[in-house]
Amino acid sequence: MTTLLIILGVVLVIAVLALLLKTQSLLNVLKESYKSRVDGANKWHGVFFIIFFFFLFIGMFVYHFSVTKYYLPEAASIHGVETDNLFWISMFIIFIPFVLTHILLFFFPYIYQYKEGNKAHFYPDNQTLERWWTIVPSVVLVILLFYGLKLWTSITSTAPETSEVIEIMGKQFAWQVRYPGKDGKLGAYNFKRIDANNEFGIKVEDANSQDDFIPRELHFPKGKPVVLKIRARDVLHSVFLPHFRVKMDAVPGMPTTFWFTPTISTSEMREKTGNPEFNYELACTEVCGRGHFAMRFLVVVDELAEYKKWYATQQTWKSQNEEYFANTLKKYSNTSKTAEVQSVKEHSSL
Amino acid sequence: MATVDLHVESQDVHAHDDHEHHELSFIRKYVFSEDHKVIAKQFLISGMLWAIIGGGMSMLFRLQLGFPGSNLDWLKPLLGGWIENGKMNPEFYLALVTMHGTIMVFFVLTAGLSGTFSNFLIPLQIGARDMASGFLNMLSYWFFFASSVIMFCSIFTETGPASGGWVIYPPLSALPQAMSGSGLGMTLWLCSMSLFIVSSLLGSINYITTVINLRTKGMSFLRMPLTIWAFFVTAIIGVLAFPVLFSAALLLIFDRSFGTSFYLSEIYIAGEALHNMGGSPVLFQHLFWFLGHPEVYIVLLPALGITSEIIATNSRKPIFGYKAMIGSIFGIAFLSFIVWAHHMFVTGMNPFLGSIFMLLTLVIAVPSAVKAFNYIATLWRGNIVFTPAMLFSIGLVSYFISGGLTGLILGNAALDIQLHDTYFVVAHFHLVMGTASFFGMVAGIYHWFPKMFGRMMDEKLGYIHFWVTFVGAYLVFFPMHYIGLAGFPRRYYSWTGFDAFNSFADLNSFISVAAFVTFGAQFIFVFNFLYSIFKGRKATENPWLSNTLEWTTPVNPGHGNWPGELPQVYRWPYDYSKPGAVLDYIPQNVPLASTPESNLPHEAEQLLEEQEDALSSNAH
Repeated sequence: MTTLLIILGVVLVIAVLALLLKTQSLLNVLKESYKSRVDGANKWHGVFFIIFFFFLFIGMFVYHFSVTKYYLPEAASIHGVETDNLFWISMFIIFIPFVLTHILLFFFPYIYQYKEGNKAHFYPDNQTLERWWTIVPSVVLVILLFYGLKLWTSITSTAPETSEVIEIMGKQFAWQVRYPGKDGKLGAYNFKRIDANNEFGIKVEDANSQDDFIPRELHFPKGKPVVLKIRARDVLHSVFLPHFRVKMDAVPGMPTTFWFTPTISTSEMREKTGNPEFNYELACTEVCGRGHFAMRFLVVVDELAEYKKWYATQQTWKSQNEEYFANTLKKYSNTSKTAEVQSVKEHSSL
Repeated sequence: MATVDLHVESQDVHAHDDHEHHELSFIRKYVFSEDHKVIAKQFLISGMLWAIIGGGMSMLFRLQLGFPGSNLDWLKPLLGGWIENGKMNPEFYLALVTMHGTIMVFFVLTAGLSGTFSNFLIPLQIGARDMASGFLNMLSYWFFFASSVIMFCSIFTETGPASGGWVIYPPLSALPQAMSGSGLGMTLWLCSMSLFIVSSLLGSINYITTVINLRTKGMSFLRMPLTIWAFFVTAIIGVLAFPVLFSAALLLIFDRSFGTSFYLSEIYIAGEALHNMGGSPVLFQHLFWFLGHPEVYIVLLPALGITSEIIATNSRKPIFGYKAMIGSIFGIAFLSFIVWAHHMFVTGMNPFLGSIFMLLTLVIAVPSAVKAFNYIATLWRGNIVFTPAMLFSIGLVSYFISGGLTGLILGNAALDIQLHDTYFVVAHFHLVMGTASFFGMVAGIYHWFPKMFGRMMDEKLGYIHFWVTFVGAYLVFFPMHYIGLAGFPRRYYSWTGFDAFNSFADLNSFISVAAFVTFGAQFIFVFNFLYSIFKGRKATENPWLSNTLEWTTPVNPGHGNWPGELPQVYRWPYDYSKPGAVLDYIPQNVPLASTPESNLPHEAEQLLEEQEDALSSNAH
């Protein structure tokens, strides 16, 4: 019944609208108003553009200052501070043409609206103007470009030797992290070894994997370079650490890396933000399926001493899965040695 | 050139004689038509239907984003099982996002925009009887129709339509076990897009051939309206770029159905390790964006061309820097092929490649800036008539600038690290490519409606439509910059699970409300469109007092466009408000000889030479 009423209502509204339109166009024909070049509304559009200009820019500024605290949350890495600087410089630079062009674009319609008897200025070309507004943007771009290139090159340069190595693996729909343990070396893996116990596909026979550990949260040492070894085991994912300005895709079959230096510990950040509940987070930014929006992983930045303490107290994966480890070791030590050596080689560079 | 013209004319005269003998059947005239004007209308109406579907989908996901957790049971009659316990299924949310992108980019802004206006305007504005091949043109529409039917059917499959994002990155799109939309829905998506590419190629080849070969006498390249330049270059981009998407899709079909490993390697999913080794998901991204980025300009350039024409006509001024405009179209077209990897800065691609693509990307800002400046210079000291088409064109320039400028930030690889795949990107491309192109399309419809249907659209409704849409679209997309800066990722069903992304709930509701209003306002347009086809005020031959050739045809141009001989062209299309001229416009088919009062020095000279030539040839 309600549906029927709604449909009837819509039909009625359309009919009334059609009737009004028809009357109006008939009136126009009678008044011969279609013979004049413009209608009464013409002068108002110019005014509306000017009103909109103020609405847009005032709205933008007022809102900007009321929400600054939310966006670009304080950068907690060395390169993050630099990219934020470049961001605000770029923002400032693009804001100038944004305002200037909009002043012209929204005021010209008012100033040069149609007036009976006026004639537009025949002005097809001006080489000098064209040249200037090609050259000026180019120069500005070159400046932005060089600043950006310099930063990009330093961010993507090879990680320092002393970096903490951490592996992050994306799967549907969770992150898993692996630390290399005392030896500082991650054990080799093979995706064919993955099962319910061995989420990473770790090769148990590899000496480096003996002391690897798989914690429930990600810990970074403050002030020390961290290199993330990123991979995915099913579909694309993307590691996003918003506070550290870190983003890198996790690609099945093609491990990626990203290195950075955290600068603010979790407890310092809690003080800074005045939020005792504050936590760093890891999110996924490459659509990966149903649970894409829920791939949250907790991140903690510790002072170096705390970090070392935490690191030392972690149980190795081996110690948590003694039985599985022993069984698998038995299984693979039987296979030919040469094949194993080869595939270890294959993955040692990863 | 002359011989070609003669040939075509004689053929057409012959064709005309045929028509006088027998009227075409309804099916040949309106369904399987070879007339470019009918095909244009077919594309237009299909495009509008798709726009309602694609836009409607965005309403559904804005409902989810703006009012998370609200009870959506009232949508059950429409969405059925996709609403579970009053909540939208997260995979269905992704399907909506995916289909919205696919539909809007390909079916509305490629087929609906290029298909409509290239078809309608190329023969009319260059003075041709029809397209070079009417048959290919007809095939182009019906391939598009078949593609549309398949895509439409995919929405109703039990496992849902494709849901891996409109970029369909494998392995997600390659593995049905990764998400339900990657099953039958994805198969249909690939079939549909393959047909779509065929349609697009048939159309583009036709546009290119027609522009090169069928220009009327006197229509040299440098006398073509900027619309034609834009359509011409767009078609070239399409011909070069779409086949690459086809190959990408083909390899994906192989990976999905025949066990190959082009994009797949070392995958463990749903409890088993797959056999695929050695493929690379990044390869697909390269292939996809090799089309994907030019696609942005396939969508945008026609809109810019339409705007150039409308702004010049309604400012009553020549477009400023005609040659610079052509140059920038070529500049943009060329550069559009060598910037694709700026979509891939953080995919693990070699960082050095990132540097190169960053350089090339920032370069593309220069021709774009030139275009924006030229539009504004055209308005300067004009005598501006605000038709709805003109309003939408000014709106386009504003969106083009607002959205284009943030491209300088996203194109900067170092800044893209943080902003990639956040709402900042969503804001950027919806402004510069989505809204700007949409405005171009709407402007074109308002402007050429009289030539398409012989009647005028209602201006008052046009004004209301413009102002609600213009303000509304800003209110929808501008705030997304803020959300993006806060780090909110794209394609999230809900953000509440993260401490970092649980702010801005009020702003998201606001965006949703603005989106509902803006979408609602489009129905004013639809009503105006349908009403005016049948009941609008009768149009005159040249209602906007424009210079281009289409306005020299009868109010309802028949098959062959001009009843008698084809018009001859004597001047460029932008002789508006020429000093000395009686009227403020001189159509392209008016000879220089009949306007001695307004001829510029070089035109007077040219005229003199022509007269001398004529005399001497007569003497011989």
